[in-house]
Amino acid sequence: MVTLEPLLEVRGLRKRFGHVEALRGVDFVVHPGEIVALVGDNGAGKSTLVKILSGALQADEGEILLDGAPVRIPSPPAARALGIETVYQDLALAPALGTAANLFIGREMLRRGLLGRAGFVDKSAMRDSATASLERLGVRLKDIDSPVSDLSGGQRQSVAIARAVTWARRVVIMDEPTAALGVVQTQRVVDLVRRVRDSGVAVVLVSHNMPQVLELADRIEVMRLGARAAQFRAGEVTGGDLVAAMTGATTVGGTS
Amino acid sequence: MSQTVLTEVDQTDPGGTLDVRSSRMRRLAVSSTLYIGLALLALIATFSAFSPGAFTSAYNVRTVATDASVLLVVAVGATFVIATAGIDLSVGGVLVFSGVVSVKAMDGVGGGSGAVYLGLLVALAAGLGWGIVNGLLVAKAHVPPLIATLGSLGMSMGLAQLVTDGADLRGVPGGLVDQLGLGRLFGVPWLVVIAAAVTVVGMVALNLNRFGTYTLAIGSNPVSARRAGINVDRHLIKVYATAGLLAGLAGYLNLARFATTTIAGHNTDNLQAITAVVIGGTSLFGGVATVLGTVIGVFIPAVLENGFVILGVPPFWQQTVIGAVLVIAVFLDQFKRTKNANR
Repeated sequence: MVTLEPLLEVRGLRKRFGHVEALRGVDFVVHPGEIVALVGDNGAGKSTLVKILSGALQADEGEILLDGAPVRIPSPPAARALGIETVYQDLALAPALGTAANLFIGREMLRRGLLGRAGFVDKSAMRDSATASLERLGVRLKDIDSPVSDLSGGQRQSVAIARAVTWARRVVIMDEPTAALGVVQTQRVVDLVRRVRDSGVAVVLVSHNMPQVLELADRIEVMRLGARAAQFRAGEVTGGDLVAAMTGATTVGGTS
Repeated sequence: MSQTVLTEVDQTDPGGTLDVRSSRMRRLAVSSTLYIGLALLALIATFSAFSPGAFTSAYNVRTVATDASVLLVVAVGATFVIATAGIDLSVGGVLVFSGVVSVKAMDGVGGGSGAVYLGLLVALAAGLGWGIVNGLLVAKAHVPPLIATLGSLGMSMGLAQLVTDGADLRGVPGGLVDQLGLGRLFGVPWLVVIAAAVTVVGMVALNLNRFGTYTLAIGSNPVSARRAGINVDRHLIKVYATAGLLAGLAGYLNLARFATTTIAGHNTDNLQAITAVVIGGTSLFGGVATVLGTVIGVFIPAVLENGFVILGVPPFWQQTVIGAVLVIAVFLDQFKRTKNANR
C-alpha cells in the first residue's frame, strides 16, 4: 500500500486527561491525495486526535511528521500555517456575515497601501476570490453577500468546507461533515469532498456513518481505546469488518 | 443562535441555489433600518404638518440636533459593544467622571487658552481608561458585561461625586462654552458637526475596516472567531475601550454644552443609548449592527419628545411610546432569528 511518502504521519501519540488516557500511543497516516476515514466508537479517541492535529490540544507524547519532517502544532493558527485546515462539526461560521466574509474570516484581504495598513478590507477582491473558490468546488450560491444564516444546512456546510479548502495546502480534516444534513444535502457534500480530494488536498474524514465511509474513503483507519485497531483499503472491507474492529471483536485486521 | 436544526431536506432547492423565501428573509434583515428610517421620516412629516412654523424652524432643528449630539456620540460606541453581544451600562458614569476630571484639570492650570486642549485630552484619557477597565473585566476576568459595566458605572459615578462632594463643578472655561458649546460651523452647531464626524468614522470602521468585521464575527460566534485566529480578547478590549473613549468625548462635549458637570443628569444615558442602538436595528444578540440605524434610533425619541412638547401632548407619552417601540424592535429581531434558525 505504501507507495508514496506519507503526507502526514502520527507516531505513538499519547494524551491524558486526569486519570483518563484518551490516546494510548496512536499511529495514523495520511497519504497525499487520498480520503482517509477515521472511524471508531465513541470514546475511541478520534476527537482528541483531530484536536491535536488541528492545534486545539497538545499531545503529551509522540510525534507528528509532515512531509517526513517532525512538526509542532501549538495552536490552531499554527496548524493552518502548516496547511492543515479543520471543518468543525458545529461549522464555526459567523451566521450574520456573508459567504465571502466567512471565507476570509481572520484572513481578510486588505486594500493596498496606507488604507490596507490601517485595516481597510478589500471587499470586492474578497468577493471575486470567494466566487472563484466556490465555482472551483462546484458550490452554487445565488447571493454570495447574503448572511450565511440565510443558507440551508447543506449550503452552510459547503461554505465551511470551501473555506477550509480555500486555505488548506495539505490536509483538510472534516469532523462528521454530513451528520446534521438531509439526503440531498448530504449527497452534495459527499460530491464536494471528492472534488476536494481530486484537487490534490488530502481529506481526513471522521464519521460514524459506515455506508458513507465505505462509499467515500480510499482508506480507513479504525481506532479503539485510544490506539489504532486496524487499517483497511476501501473495497477490501465490509461494514461488518469495520464494526468488528471498532468493537474489538477482531484485534488486527486488513492490510497495514 | 442555534445552528443545529439543519435536518430539513432541501426539496425546494435541488440545484443548490437559494430559494426565493430566503432572499426575502435577507431583505427583511437588511431593511429593518429602512423601516425605522421611514418611521422617523413619517414622524417628522406629521409634526411638520401639524405645526409647520415651530417644528421645522431652523432654531428648533438646531436644538433637537444639538440635544441629540452628546447621546449620539455615546450610542455609536454602544453600537460596537452591542454588536459583540455585549452591553455597556457604564457610559453615564464614565461621561460624568470624564467631565469632572476634565474640569479639575482645566481649573488646575488656571483656565488659559491651552486649558481647553488639556481638558479634552484628560476627558478622552479618563474615558479610555474606564473603557479599558471594562474590556479587561469582560475579556480577561470573564465578568459578564452587564455586571462588569454596572460595577464601573457605580465606581465612576461614585468617584466623580467623591471628587466634587456631589456638587456640580462650574469652572468650565468660558471659551469652551462659547466656541464649542454655542459655536457653529457654516450655521451647523459644532456639537452636531463633531457627532456627525464620529458617526461617519463609526460607519467606516464597521463596514469597511477589519475592526468592524472582527466585531461582527465575535458577536456572531466567538468560538469560530477564535478558531479563525482572531484575537478575541484583545478585540473585545478594543471595543470597550472605544466605547469608553467616546463616553469621555461625550463628557467633554457635555461640559461645553451645559458649562457644568451635570452630575445628576446622566443616570439613564446608558439605557437611552441602548434603546437607540436596538431601535436602529443592531441586534442585542450580537453579530448584526448598523451605525446609520443608531443615528435614526437616537433621533426618534428626540423628535418625538420635541414634537410632543410643541403640540402640547404630555411629554410622558414620549417615554411610553419609546418603551413600546423598543420592545417591538427586540421582538422583531428575535422573530427573525427564530425564523432563520429553523430553516
